[in-house]
Amino acid sequence: MKAKVTVTLKSGVLDPQGRAIEGALKSLGWKGVKGVRVGKSIELEVDEKDPQSAKAVVEKMCEKLLANPVTEKYQIEIITDR
Amino acid sequence: MKTAVLVFPGSNCDHDCYHAVRHVLGREAKFVWHQETSLDGFDLVIVPGGFSYGDYLRPGAIAKFSPVMGALAKFTAKGGLALGICNGFQILTEAGLLPGALMLNSGMKFICKDTYLRVETSDSFVTGRMEKGKVISVPIAHMEGCYIADDDTLKRLEDDDRILLRYCGPDGQTGDESNPNGSYGSIAGVLSEKRNVAGMMPHPERVVEASLGGVDGLLVFESILNSLSAA
Amino acid sequence: MFDAHQIILHGLTYDEFDLALEIIGRQPNMVELGIFSVMWSEHCSYKSSRTHLKNFPTTGPQVIHGPGENAGVVDIGDGLAVVFKMESHNHPSYIEPYQGAATGVGGILRDVFTMGARPYALLDSLRFGDPSHPKTKYLLDGVVAGIAGYGNCMGVPTIGGELSFHPSYNGNCLVNAFNLGIVNKDRIFLGTASGVGNPVMYVGSKTGRDGIHGATMASAEFGDGGEERRPTVQVGDPFTEKQLLEALLELFKTDYVVGIQDMGAAGLTSSSFEMAGRAGTGVELDIEKVPRREEGMNPYEVMLSESQERMLLVCHKGVEDKIKAIFEKWGLSAEVVGRVTGDGMVRIMEKGQMAAELPAAPLSQKAPMYSRPASPPDDLAVRHKLDHDSLPQPKDYTETLSRLLASPNLCSREWVYNQYDHMVRTNTIEKPGSDAAVIRVKGTSKAVAMSLDCNSRYCYLDPYMGGAQAVAEATRNVACSGAKPLAITDCLNFGSPEKPEVMWQFIQAIKGMSDACIALGTPVVSGNVSFYNQTGETAINPTPSIGAMGLLEDHEKLVSQYFSEEGDVIIVLGETFAEIGGSEYLSVIHGQERGAPPKVDLTKEAALQKTLVELADKRLVKSMHDVSDGGLGVALMECCFKPGTSAPLGFEVSLATKLRPDIFFFSESQSRAVISCNPAKAKDILALAKKNGVPALNAGKTSSGDVEIMVGGRVLVKTSSATLKKAWSEALPKMMNS
Repeated sequence: MKAKVTVTLKSGVLDPQGRAIEGALKSLGWKGVKGVRVGKSIELEVDEKDPQSAKAVVEKMCEKLLANPVTEKYQIEIITDR
Repeated sequence: MKTAVLVFPGSNCDHDCYHAVRHVLGREAKFVWHQETSLDGFDLVIVPGGFSYGDYLRPGAIAKFSPVMGALAKFTAKGGLALGICNGFQILTEAGLLPGALMLNSGMKFICKDTYLRVETSDSFVTGRMEKGKVISVPIAHMEGCYIADDDTLKRLEDDDRILLRYCGPDGQTGDESNPNGSYGSIAGVLSEKRNVAGMMPHPERVVEASLGGVDGLLVFESILNSLSAA
Repeated sequence: MFDAHQIILHGLTYDEFDLALEIIGRQPNMVELGIFSVMWSEHCSYKSSRTHLKNFPTTGPQVIHGPGENAGVVDIGDGLAVVFKMESHNHPSYIEPYQGAATGVGGILRDVFTMGARPYALLDSLRFGDPSHPKTKYLLDGVVAGIAGYGNCMGVPTIGGELSFHPSYNGNCLVNAFNLGIVNKDRIFLGTASGVGNPVMYVGSKTGRDGIHGATMASAEFGDGGEERRPTVQVGDPFTEKQLLEALLELFKTDYVVGIQDMGAAGLTSSSFEMAGRAGTGVELDIEKVPRREEGMNPYEVMLSESQERMLLVCHKGVEDKIKAIFEKWGLSAEVVGRVTGDGMVRIMEKGQMAAELPAAPLSQKAPMYSRPASPPDDLAVRHKLDHDSLPQPKDYTETLSRLLASPNLCSREWVYNQYDHMVRTNTIEKPGSDAAVIRVKGTSKAVAMSLDCNSRYCYLDPYMGGAQAVAEATRNVACSGAKPLAITDCLNFGSPEKPEVMWQFIQAIKGMSDACIALGTPVVSGNVSFYNQTGETAINPTPSIGAMGLLEDHEKLVSQYFSEEGDVIIVLGETFAEIGGSEYLSVIHGQERGAPPKVDLTKEAALQKTLVELADKRLVKSMHDVSDGGLGVALMECCFKPGTSAPLGFEVSLATKLRPDIFFFSESQSRAVISCNPAKAKDILALAKKNGVPALNAGKTSSGDVEIMVGGRVLVKTSSATLKKAWSEALPKMMNS
């Protein structure tokens, strides 16, 4: 089963990249842009049958390795084949 | 004093730490490969700088699972002294042996230059030979050196006198101009709760000989020697 | 049968295709055509340059291996040798600056450690277009980040280099990476596939479809669609290369290896053909066994892939598993992919079928060689015309000096080198910013000094003089640290060799370089040619970048370029002539690039360098700095700008001249240096200079921070050192942040 993990900085943690991108977008004319945050997206496959157990496994991966609990939060999307 | 210098895939300041301990201080030192499972017999463990696992995912995120890190947890639980420098500091925070985290520099670029550091406490095995308030010059070389921690942690660090060093100007004043990477409170190094694990982003091993342009790093190594011989 | 389109797509001319037919006596198949194409590309075969490169002086008692190996090797005594080379990665860096520069660094590192040496120092020569050109900042930012990203992760300090801007690079930046390593003289490894029956092993990263036809891309001019070629760019993995480095250095302690070569440009093809070609053997490769990163790759793709961080090695029979164990420890795979044969053929087998069969030596050594037509540009006489009287003299010399110091080509490079870890391995005893970067050699008293230089404006105006000047300046910079220059490497960046003017520039530059190398005792031990640096019809300024290295027997005798104490005597060595042709002053202040560049008198240059080395050896001086771009005023200020000092020293000097003050002050006459010393040593220094026939003048003394420069009895400049340092330091960050 495929999963997509999105790791982003917790709100309140300074994101210099996000700030720089926001500045660049504004200078390119998108004056109203705000709240730009940069994160990373990790795609992976797990050997699980149902979405619930897949999500549980990926959650453990996030806690242990994929995200740093001090600075980052994560979102998991399980992609079910149709 | 017998020092272990840990070597992870991608460590690159391991030779420099070894050189400082073995050739400059003339003490016993040994490289310890990350697959080792015991640190018995050592008095000090240095987790050196570099790019363990290429800094992929996050600096230190993968190295913390190396077998030697289990041995390090046992070693420090028994009160053994460990110093993480640069990537070593990042590994120790990832492993939970030190509080907080190190993030991308506020300038988003790698920075290698000399920095001034103000000693914040004399009550540590790495600053014991220096008076509180003393200013030393030690270089940094990192991309992710912005120290952050939540407010509770920061308060505890302050209350427990566990902040080792802060970036400052030549006169000892802290502030935005002298903070190279955006670290909270200009923090450059911290101590663990039991005060036997220390982490710092600056590289004391790079300033231990006059020909390298400075010797302030010797104060760190002499402090360690001193606290070991006192113990 | 191939149609004309396929032949041209592969970058071969019809004559070359006919030569290929003659060599193999039949029609090549697609894989073979691809192999001919990369092996005979300009990049791999040096077909337009070989006939001229032969003229370089390449020997000397200090030379262990000259050109022809992965890198040059020079003896530094105590059983040690330095291994060094410089290489271009211009086109990839223009297309994708971060990865282009990063893989350039990765490639030059492999060239050095594949010979058994641990890399100890990186330097880079970088050239970009006009600072106001829309791509310049993007390219500079990406290239510097790419060099930092790769070099820092490898733990090899980047300790120096050069950076300059000129509109001729608007559509074609130059990224030349230099690397120097140190090896035990008796543990040098070469790229030969000897010993019939010996296993051929593949080590390092897996093969993907990266950079297929990168070598042919590097040999094609940039057209309007240059930006569209992204897919062939390789991506660097410095972590894997670091593992590869450590694994190889561990392997080199054993006696398992017969020969080894990096899979650089043209990957598996060039490494297998060249290793067999050098040894006079053949190689049979079972292409199925090549570790792959992508599915469904055919032999054409596997043979031409330019995936990074891979090497081909030949070992003795029976040690394959021991080699595998070493690579496994470092998390890398090592696979036996073939064996050495005795019949001189390279055979590529796939599933028991012959995918390609070509003779090794003819492809690697008998590539077409061209003596292309060369002629000087029609407007050479016009370029050399310079009427001094038409140039207004500055009203305010302090302001003019300040403008020069803040100009893109002369301002502080701190913004660049602070992104490079220039201290790792704790050998850097002269940090970036000084004339030469210097590393000590642990375990000995020695140090090695290095400098990269070229003034492409001089080369445009007079490529002979420019070539000679580049060698003179690079070696002079080395001598300013007190080190004796021993040898050079080069990276010859030129436009299309099919254009007679470019070919003439190339030949002239080589002549100038050769004459200088002979006079200064520094043979060429390695190098690289990069042609086709042009956009449409416009070629870059000819840019033969020189990398010089020298040896300091006692690293405690190292001399830096910076004044160190108030009250020291300042002595100017050498003579100043009315030479502002091609100068920074003429360009920045008067907006002109013309005139004859300063003349290099090689006898005078040799005498000056000898003097510099002797002064350091006798510990007579406290600082030495070469006078070059910007002239005497700029050089004097540079002596004050020691990095990390908030209150820079100043000086008072008085200089006599009959020349017009601005022409004297901003002249870029060669073979000059500014030195400082304890007042008690001045007499000895003047005597030593006299003995060597070098003009020397006691010009003044250092001060606590005020600057006063008197020329011909008139005070030209009066200001504070701190004011000028501010202008000099802030210029590049301002430019990058604007």
